[in-house]
Amino acid sequence: MEFGPYLMLAMLEGAVLAAVLALMASGLSLTFGVMRVVNVAHGEFYMLGAVMAWFVAHLVGGGAAIAFIAAAVIAPLAVGAMAAAADMTILKRIDYDPERTIVATIGLLYVIQQVTLMTYGADARPVEPPFNSRIALPWFEWGEEGLALYYPWGLSTTSYKLFVIAAAAVLILAVRLFMTRTKAGLIMRATQLDSEMATAFGIPVERVYAAVFGIGAGLAALAGVLIVPVQQAHYLMGGDALLLSFIVVIIGGLGSMAGTIVAAILIGMSDGIISVFFSPTLAKILATLLVALVLVFRPQGLFGSRPR
Amino acid sequence: MSRSLILHLGLIAVLFALNFVLPPYAHGNIARVMTLAVYAIGYNIAFGYTGLLSLGHAMFFAAGMYGAGLLLRFTDMGALPAYAAGLAAGGALALAVGLLALRTAGVSFMIVTLMFSQAVYLAILYFGEWTRGDEGFVIASADRMIAGVDLAAPQARYLVAWGLFSVALMFLLWLVRRPSGRVFVAIRENEDRARLLGYDTFRLKLLSLVISGVISAASGAAYAILFGYAGASFAGVQYSIFPMLWVLLGGAGTVIGPFLGTLFMFYLIDLSSGLTDAYMLIAGVALIGLTLFAPQGIAGEIRRRFWKDLP
Repeated sequence: MEFGPYLMLAMLEGAVLAAVLALMASGLSLTFGVMRVVNVAHGEFYMLGAVMAWFVAHLVGGGAAIAFIAAAVIAPLAVGAMAAAADMTILKRIDYDPERTIVATIGLLYVIQQVTLMTYGADARPVEPPFNSRIALPWFEWGEEGLALYYPWGLSTTSYKLFVIAAAAVLILAVRLFMTRTKAGLIMRATQLDSEMATAFGIPVERVYAAVFGIGAGLAALAGVLIVPVQQAHYLMGGDALLLSFIVVIIGGLGSMAGTIVAAILIGMSDGIISVFFSPTLAKILATLLVALVLVFRPQGLFGSRPR
Repeated sequence: MSRSLILHLGLIAVLFALNFVLPPYAHGNIARVMTLAVYAIGYNIAFGYTGLLSLGHAMFFAAGMYGAGLLLRFTDMGALPAYAAGLAAGGALALAVGLLALRTAGVSFMIVTLMFSQAVYLAILYFGEWTRGDEGFVIASADRMIAGVDLAAPQARYLVAWGLFSVALMFLLWLVRRPSGRVFVAIRENEDRARLLGYDTFRLKLLSLVISGVISAASGAAYAILFGYAGASFAGVQYSIFPMLWVLLGGAGTVIGPFLGTLFMFYLIDLSSGLTDAYMLIAGVALIGLTLFAPQGIAGEIRRRFWKDLP
């Protein structure tokens, strides 16, 4: 393949990663924005989503499409409920102290990961995509008769990958509408601005926190369900995903939704492109160093504005 | 002699006596626990005494481990100079990381240290040609000699680990009773007030982090030389979480706590890994349980209930 089609292929792969990452990171960003806590177990909720999708797909018969839809409904709800329960039993009791929350969620990370290892096992398992037709993509070329389209060998994507991109975009839009247009979203934003004042106005802040923690985890689980037909479900898949979401949320500015989306596209695309052309380890080293330096020198993120 | 000096010298004496009575398996385990407890002591200086909650101490441990291990692997340098180089590597890395990371605090500090440590881990994988990445490399026993004493032999290994542990423990006891040790605690309790009293808190925190890094590297380098192996897993996130777990369990901000935490956790994980592959489950449950029910840890509880001025 020539350079042009190759680059386009890399960008398509990057776009799938960016879409999933944006969905997952917006959950992390929501939790941080409203509750001011960093959820280190976020990657494990993503992994749980993928693993549960495998379980559900195997329990529900009736074809790949029905199994997938069942997984996409059940897995995020179950993971969200689990996270809300963890919030009420653990985080509430340590009063959402930022540092102790990190220590407790590290503990939660290992508990979820290791229980998955004990029940689901150490194998990576696939879930069949609901539809998966191969779509060959055209590339253009200046020929003797001007611009000509042709289909280079190997330049293709699948309908499922395009669906992942579209689904992530729709879901992120839905979260945004939920936060800006519904009463529940209004209550969450009020809690985010000033939790004490929200309490004074009769908002049950602790229940809001449990709901936000659950929704954040549910978004990660949805991302896990979406990715599992492309990648396989494995009990250690949360680690890299967590690191990438951290990178995205920090570069985008902690707690800023719009910044998170922009950063997810930037990081996802560049990760896709860099991993195709360079060593993925080198790309990761540069990304982690970049994040550390952003936090040191521009704590508001590359796209955020300074807090008032 | 004060009560606390008797307690810590007593612990050292007991560990020395154990050298002659322990059965071989426990003998090797305690040598390992003492080496790792030095890591916990180093972590405790930053976290327990100065309040710097780092999630990246594995990079200092690894700096010591690879600083010493790579020199032994590729040069004819003796074990002692290689050990010193490991310490220097840990100190230099702590200085560089501290200059950047200490511009942040709290949650940001945790994430910055985590990211730097991750970068070090990935760098070890990236330079796999020399470090052999995840697989790691074995340090030949011919290189593990100090003054003709073979450190691979159980007796010598135990005594060297014991000596290192004793020095680290007594150093910490000495440090926390000095004025500068007390200022570390003042910074942990209220940094603004310490600054108001005229202390240069940035420099003191940097000092604390460098001491902590050097001691962590001392443990990493000793581990490489005594147990003859260096691998990338020692630089991973898990080895940044372990010292935090040990210190939280034993009691943050106590001199004896890091050893108690390391000892208990080591045996807890050792026992459970006989039963299941998912032995890190114990670590997770312990972390949650400690944050919820016993944020003071073992020695912290002893201090609260029986012994008010336990250092």
